[in-house]
Amino acid sequence: MNRTRYLATGLLLVAALLMQGCGKEEPPKPAPKAEAPPPPPATVVKIGSAAPITGPQAHIGVDIRNGTQLAVDDINAAGLTIDGKKIKLELVSEDDEANPTKATTVAQKLVDSKVVAVVGHFNSGASIPASKIYSDAGIPQISPSSTNPKYTQQGFKTTFRVVANDDQQGPVGAKFALEKLKPKTIAVIDDSTAYGQGLADTFEATAKAGGAKIVAREHTTDKDTDFKAILTKIKGRKPELIFFGGIDPQAGPMAKQMVELGIKAKFMGGDGMQAQNFIKLAGNAAEGAMASMPGLPKDQMPGGAKFLEKFKARFNAEVELYAPMGYDAVFVLVEAMKRANSTDPARFLSEIGKTDYKGVIGPIAFDDKGDLRNGPITIYVVKDGKWETLEVVTPGGPPAAAAAEAAKAAEPVKK
Amino acid sequence: MDIFLQQIINGLVLGSIYALVALGYTMVYGILGLINFAHGDIVMVGALTALSVIAGLAGGAVPAPLILALALFAAILVCVALGVSIERVAYRPLRRAPRLAPLITAIGVSILIQYTAALIWSKQYIALPEIIRPSQFTLAGASFTDLQLFIFVLACGVMAGLLWFLRHTRLGKAMRASEQSPDVAGLMGIDVNRVIAFTFLLGSALGAVAGLMVVLYYGIGHYFMGFMLGLKAFTAAVLGGIGKVNGAVLGGLLLGLIESLASGYIGDLTGGVLGSNYRDIFAFLVLVVVLVFRPSGLIGERAADRA
Repeated sequence: MNRTRYLATGLLLVAALLMQGCGKEEPPKPAPKAEAPPPPPATVVKIGSAAPITGPQAHIGVDIRNGTQLAVDDINAAGLTIDGKKIKLELVSEDDEANPTKATTVAQKLVDSKVVAVVGHFNSGASIPASKIYSDAGIPQISPSSTNPKYTQQGFKTTFRVVANDDQQGPVGAKFALEKLKPKTIAVIDDSTAYGQGLADTFEATAKAGGAKIVAREHTTDKDTDFKAILTKIKGRKPELIFFGGIDPQAGPMAKQMVELGIKAKFMGGDGMQAQNFIKLAGNAAEGAMASMPGLPKDQMPGGAKFLEKFKARFNAEVELYAPMGYDAVFVLVEAMKRANSTDPARFLSEIGKTDYKGVIGPIAFDDKGDLRNGPITIYVVKDGKWETLEVVTPGGPPAAAAAEAAKAAEPVKK
Repeated sequence: MDIFLQQIINGLVLGSIYALVALGYTMVYGILGLINFAHGDIVMVGALTALSVIAGLAGGAVPAPLILALALFAAILVCVALGVSIERVAYRPLRRAPRLAPLITAIGVSILIQYTAALIWSKQYIALPEIIRPSQFTLAGASFTDLQLFIFVLACGVMAGLLWFLRHTRLGKAMRASEQSPDVAGLMGIDVNRVIAFTFLLGSALGAVAGLMVVLYYGIGHYFMGFMLGLKAFTAAVLGGIGKVNGAVLGGLLLGLIESLASGYIGDLTGGVLGSNYRDIFAFLVLVVVLVFRPSGLIGERAADRA
């Protein structure tokens, strides 16, 4: 009896140790290049990258990390000299698991490892708590993808983003919907995260102002897979359009369950849904779903074709979503360092706001809050199992203005 | 009315899935007085095993029903092996230890299984290739699929089978005897260790079936899916009266109905103050109320002192 007990304890311990060993291996560090580094006298400057590298959103996080890695490699290959010193950039990649709590830990870790700037985080819910830590340390943070308006509205000098925010994305989506789909009744669902709720709120507000009737506002979580109950309720309200503020692991099963319940309404969402994974998870039910996405379509970006090719050659993977934004963010930082003639964040931070850079995603300039000026937004639709470009909208551009007029015209109808 | 009926159907199917998982909790608790927190994760392993088999065979020459049978077989095999070895390695050495020790061990085993699964299947959501298309039926304006009907019938059928088994077979009687007093059962010539191992075998096999149903129903699998499912199923078992086979099914169905109806109507009833995101709170509130008035669950008898 005693011996078996020892055996059992031993087995468990070995299993636990094995687990731990494997666990440590887990955060996949960018593969070190095989070639020997260039001759020594180069100052190493560290740039942080923070995104979910594991978990349900890992595909998007890895995409961002690869984009930033590519930029760092390109800059190192071309050679960078600032203030007469040769500079070698080094990417420090951290995994925030899309978890707000983990994001602050990771942020502190990056600050402690003396990075001069951070490209990240992916989720608004992670970027916002982390931004306080970067701000306290005086380190600039450029998010490639966080679209919640609050991120740049906290009064921090260090927060920037190279993507349109939800104040722009939600309304653009709503205006597009009102104009093109002309739904009289809309149901709105969000996933109770900072991103999903923010997007759904701005969509709802614009749609309401535009004269559509919001017949249901429902909430789920970013871990749920059963939406039958809220969808059934929505079915009873007979909306012509269902808008979901959330990401593809929920949007996929949701689209599927809509078909199962016999809901005929059109399905629309934001950038979190505009991923290959959505189509994979939803199967045939994905057909006809629409999603808005900040930025130009990959192939319409000024530097798009070349970037896609380079990315594919380096990582043997298609660009998922935000790799080009991550790529450009690194260049924006380096350009600012060049103008300030320093790699000290205290000196080049003020230069980031003055950025006027022609990147892969198009012209990049920031407003006084650190938001991207005139970020274009693209509406995509699923056709034959693929996301296809439906329309490109620039906030303040003609289609939006037309929608505003339409909204005015519809005003008297509202109660 | 059709919407109400649809919510009832949603609730019953969700509840059937809870019930299938809850049966595993309740059987182990009935015999050992142990809450096997790893059971939700056994379901997860079953689900992911089935998913892997289906993904591996789909699109080939193998007909869909055969793929499903193979997936079920593989899932049961893996889950039974896992369940029985957990009992042997982690729980049996602690059988006479203070009650807290096996409980904490159970939580540890649960975490161990979760992260081992994360290493094997990665932390991504895995989609199920579409191999069967459930046909849709409409009843008084509410739609349901044959798969949903099957899940409901399966849960009820398994419960009936288990009740019969416990009442009328030798092994079932041995299980009930071990439940009442392991020591006396041992004196009567029952091999208690074998009976307990068999309980885990049966519970894990049921977990595998539940896992396959979850995968077929939602079309998606994930290493963490067992956690919430396990928690809900455990709640269902407690609600119905843990240790009682029919209690687990009653509790599961009730919990599913409560969740479904709460999501559907809580917003309207409270004038929009509480939204559908409060459905879990509502479900646990019902549990608390039931436990206040009936501490041993809806159809549980007054728990005899076991210590």
